[in-house]
Amino acid sequence: MSATLGTPARATAPLLDVSDLSCSFLTRSGEVRAVDGVSFSIAEGQALGVVGESGCGKSVTALSLVRLFPPTSKVRLSGRVEFEGRDLMQASEAELRAVRGRQISIVFQDPLTSLNPVLPVGEQIAESVRLHLGFSRKAARERAIDLLSRVGIPDPQRRVDDLPVRFSGGMRQRVMIAIAIACEPKLLIADEATTALDVTIQAQILALLDQLRRDFGMALMVISHDLGVVSAICDSVQVMYAGVIVERGPVRTLLAEAEHPYTRGLLRLVPRLDTMRHHRLRPIPGQPPQFLTEQTGCRFLPRCEHATERCHETPPLIDVGHRHSSLCWLSDDKMRAEAESFAPGAIR
Amino acid sequence: MSALEVPALETVPPSSDAPAILRIANLTVRYAIDSGDMITPVDDVSIEIYPGETLGLVGESGCGKSTLGRAILRLLRPESGSILFDGQELVRLEGRALRAVRRHLQIIFQDPRGSLDPKMTVGEIVSEPLRVHQLGVKADRNRAVTEMLDSVGLDPSYLDRNPTTLSGGQQQRIGIARALITRPKLVVCDEPVSALDLSVQAQVINLLQDLQRELGVSYLFIAHNLAVVRHLSDRVAVMYLGQIVEQGPAHQVFARPLHPYTQGLLASVLRTDSEAHDRLNEAQQFVKGDVPSLHDVPTGCRYNTRCPFAQDRCREERPVLELSEGEHAEDHWVACHFWRDLEGLPKTFRAR
Repeated sequence: MSATLGTPARATAPLLDVSDLSCSFLTRSGEVRAVDGVSFSIAEGQALGVVGESGCGKSVTALSLVRLFPPTSKVRLSGRVEFEGRDLMQASEAELRAVRGRQISIVFQDPLTSLNPVLPVGEQIAESVRLHLGFSRKAARERAIDLLSRVGIPDPQRRVDDLPVRFSGGMRQRVMIAIAIACEPKLLIADEATTALDVTIQAQILALLDQLRRDFGMALMVISHDLGVVSAICDSVQVMYAGVIVERGPVRTLLAEAEHPYTRGLLRLVPRLDTMRHHRLRPIPGQPPQFLTEQTGCRFLPRCEHATERCHETPPLIDVGHRHSSLCWLSDDKMRAEAESFAPGAIR
Repeated sequence: MSALEVPALETVPPSSDAPAILRIANLTVRYAIDSGDMITPVDDVSIEIYPGETLGLVGESGCGKSTLGRAILRLLRPESGSILFDGQELVRLEGRALRAVRRHLQIIFQDPRGSLDPKMTVGEIVSEPLRVHQLGVKADRNRAVTEMLDSVGLDPSYLDRNPTTLSGGQQQRIGIARALITRPKLVVCDEPVSALDLSVQAQVINLLQDLQRELGVSYLFIAHNLAVVRHLSDRVAVMYLGQIVEQGPAHQVFARPLHPYTQGLLASVLRTDSEAHDRLNEAQQFVKGDVPSLHDVPTGCRYNTRCPFAQDRCREERPVLELSEGEHAEDHWVACHFWRDLEGLPKTFRAR
């Protein structure tokens, strides 16, 4: 494992470059759009957070990257997903199988349903390295023990032969991570990977992911409804709402100077330890749309307290500087006002 | 509403001078699990809840907090101890007498979908407790249901809806309406907002607070999210492997956690500020490893296997809850042999 230890080389081209990705599900009652033209990239070794509430399209975005959908579901995908310079959208199912688990791995929320209950955990880890890396049975077992120890499972020599049911929730999630990193993927996607865990265990798992990223130079895509998770281990973050990215930027900038009214609304609602008792929360009125319809204009419009006439026109992603941008006309107004104050008359 | 004899919607401030509405003493719940082994998810627990107040109960999965909530409602039978609710002993209560008590003792569950009967309409669900407790005639009940739905922010058009067609937030509002319609004195809220999205969670938290102010109901608020508990609670009890390790006024426990476990829990709460990453690494110093299984409870202090400060005494002798000293100590209890010594540690080694 030591071969790839050390800091990753800074490549100029991003590891993953997604442009105009859309995904919809064909159901009996028609086409349901889940992701609507998102573009983003992840550099080698970078940790990108994707936050948003249920149904915003954050998980579907991740599944679309490697087309990991149930065989029975009818999915319509469009856009480009360039991974190491190759468009995965054009890849065959067989080619994708070679990418999944080898170069891009996903860890899901619920380890118990992701693990095979009747197979010792060691064999589940070994399976991956035998399949992708052609390890012998014996070498794969050694590797499994090594990985279990790497993810912090005590007494790995003995635990390697245990069934998943013998592990606690936190330990099972460590096993899932061991499987995910077994082939030293370039990108690890954690989809609500710590949501079901207790706070102390969540902190341990996040610290582990952060450590592995640094050790292996692996890029992370951290999908969570929890801004705290993303703040803890990501460099940059994008906020999704109703199938689109409404704001993105470096984590610290975005949290300190959120631009989009939706992000600001969410941040206001994160329960904090230092708020006063009986301090009243100011919820965002209404609910996110259940189904995305063909519409022009800002999707947050019906719930936005700053909405104006102009919001019926779809806003572009406005660059507000420092790699921070927001899908809102307010930011456009602000940037124009700033430019105007520097160079009066320059902007019309 | 006359038939329901509801004591008006007055504001009842929490008051510790009034006698406790619930007084649990030395409660132990033991039962056999599938393998035949006996486990003790609630072990010698004593807590009190006063009229109009919220007691937050925190702890990790398997600490016994939900079992304690269910024992209070007598959804299961405790092995020993006392549950004095509104002056009445519940531990040996059965049948009709127990059902009668439940008018004043209700529960809100975490999973609103699973706890609403999909074959019933919203109106039927919310009025069911009134029918069960034979409160009012039909017209009164219908009016009470409409009013209750209005209180939780749902208009009468929801009466005939099927709960499965509603969002998680709306379902939880119905769960709350059903729990409060009989004007209970105490509601056990078992992780009521954990399954909800942030924007909906805030709406439900506000609703619970508003209804408490209006109705003077007490809450036992069970949750693993410490920030939510901080937000809602007057007092807090911290539970670990079946026992209370610390309890006291919420502002005290959060500002000056005395038990190493409480300190570890607080250090593990994720932040959203510029210190988020550094704090994550710091949290690792407080809590080691996993919660032991209830099959194999450590001797002495049950936290000793995860505690960074554990010493020989901690492995041998069980600490009991003792009242902390100091000028702001009012009613702040801790079960740790060495809490005094830990207080002297540098600030960086203590939770905020």
